[in-house]
Amino acid sequence: MAEISTSGARAPALRREVVFRGGGFAPEARPLYSWVAFIALLAVWQAAISVGWLNPLFLPSPASILTALWRLFASGEIWQHLSASLMRIGLGWLIGTALGLLLGLAMGLLSAFRAVGLPFVSALYPIPKIALLPLLILWLGIGESPKVATIAAGVLFPTVIATFSGVDAVPRNLIRMAQSFNLPTAGIITKIVLPAALPGILAGFRISIATALLLVVAAEMIGAQFGVGAFLLTAGNLMQTDDLMAGVVILSVLGLGLGAILTLVERTFLRWR
Amino acid sequence: MDLIVEVKRHAYDDLAVLEDIALHLRAGEIVSVIGPSGCGKSTLLGIVGGILKATDGRVFMEGEPPADCLNPLTYIFQDFALLPWRTVEQNVALPLEHHDLSAAERRRRVADALQRTNLAEFAAALPKQLSGGMRQRVGIARALVVRPAVLLMDEPLSALDAQTRDLLMEDFLRLWLRERIAALYVTHNLAEALKLADRIVVLSRRPGRVKEIMTVPMPQRERAGKAAQAELAELGDRLWSLLRDEAERADREVIDG
Repeated sequence: MAEISTSGARAPALRREVVFRGGGFAPEARPLYSWVAFIALLAVWQAAISVGWLNPLFLPSPASILTALWRLFASGEIWQHLSASLMRIGLGWLIGTALGLLLGLAMGLLSAFRAVGLPFVSALYPIPKIALLPLLILWLGIGESPKVATIAAGVLFPTVIATFSGVDAVPRNLIRMAQSFNLPTAGIITKIVLPAALPGILAGFRISIATALLLVVAAEMIGAQFGVGAFLLTAGNLMQTDDLMAGVVILSVLGLGLGAILTLVERTFLRWR
Repeated sequence: MDLIVEVKRHAYDDLAVLEDIALHLRAGEIVSVIGPSGCGKSTLLGIVGGILKATDGRVFMEGEPPADCLNPLTYIFQDFALLPWRTVEQNVALPLEHHDLSAAERRRRVADALQRTNLAEFAAALPKQLSGGMRQRVGIARALVVRPAVLLMDEPLSALDAQTRDLLMEDFLRLWLRERIAALYVTHNLAEALKLADRIVVLSRRPGRVKEIMTVPMPQRERAGKAAQAELAELGDRLWSLLRDEAERADREVIDG
């Protein structure tokens, strides 16, 4: 700016720096923080037990949980429980997912299925599926079937909803584009609808896997000789809290592992996002 | 191949959108349809392309499409309508996949369409990696791959910035001068219509009726020259005078809602 002076010297104008007002409200990845916090928590926990602030009978120390884990894996005792749970989760999840995908797809694509299916899904989804286990035992006997069926029922509903919503949200302009090139209906479903609905469907898988894990433990606590849920119940009844906490750690790692597999699937199939 | 459009009426429930539309698009001709917002331009294009069913009206194709034509009436969409999970090449190949063509013929057609739209070096890119202008080029390549008889273009440049719009308009013009594919070109933009169209159909506000059909009396290749500017400006003024009142009334209708 040009300075114009009419009466000799002019007092220097007050100069102030513009203060930065932006920043914040933008999450940053800080992976080290979570590790540091986790290790700090374990250290405080261990110290609290070492100095007698916590009773190890009610909350065992991280070191004794690790020792219990080592013993359970070394003796092979946990494997029969883990394999039974994994079999139930796998079978229940596959059955529930297959049925859920079919129903969700039908509801997303066909008005008649939507009109019939939506009220049923809305009414049945909120029921805690573990409440159906006694009924399923009556129907299917006391073997593996009712436990697998409970997990399948728990997986079915989030899968139906995720698939239906995913199909419903497919941009109609993409379908019209395909129709304008005379793509057959099967081609529109396989080349447009399913790939476009896949992000929603995979998001539903994340919920259904967590549901399956929750239901397997609950079902095994109600009626199973083997399984992580049965192991937890027995350990609790015998006041073996180190074994009980080892079982909880195993469930947590199982959940993380299944989540990691799903993340890998998402990264593989949704690279385009 | 000619295209004959006879739409007596089209309505959504009780809301009449189009009335008494009669158009004849001749082979190799570009007809632009302009009109105020909500006058039914895109609806008309949907009816012509067979993806909307007219309440009372029909569209006829007269004559034979080109021998190698796989989809006589082919859209170019305003929002490109590309599949984000497919590469450029795969997007362009989509309309061929359900046709009984040899793999070699498919590859040849796709390569040819990519070449004609200067996309060959972007064949492996995903849509998200491309600019708006490049995405619309993919939409054009996908339309060309089926060797259409008529292109149905629904405001193909309106989602682009002004510079990209100008560049793509030049490309359209070059393409049309080379291939002479007939086109029904819906636009809001009078300048686009004046650069491209042989005839301009002016629709009234809703329900859209043909208010006037104006012929642009000079070949497209001459329109960029200085000599043509005065005449084009005069035509533009006439078009605007036809549209202004309709646009104002349509605007008030929307606000009064």
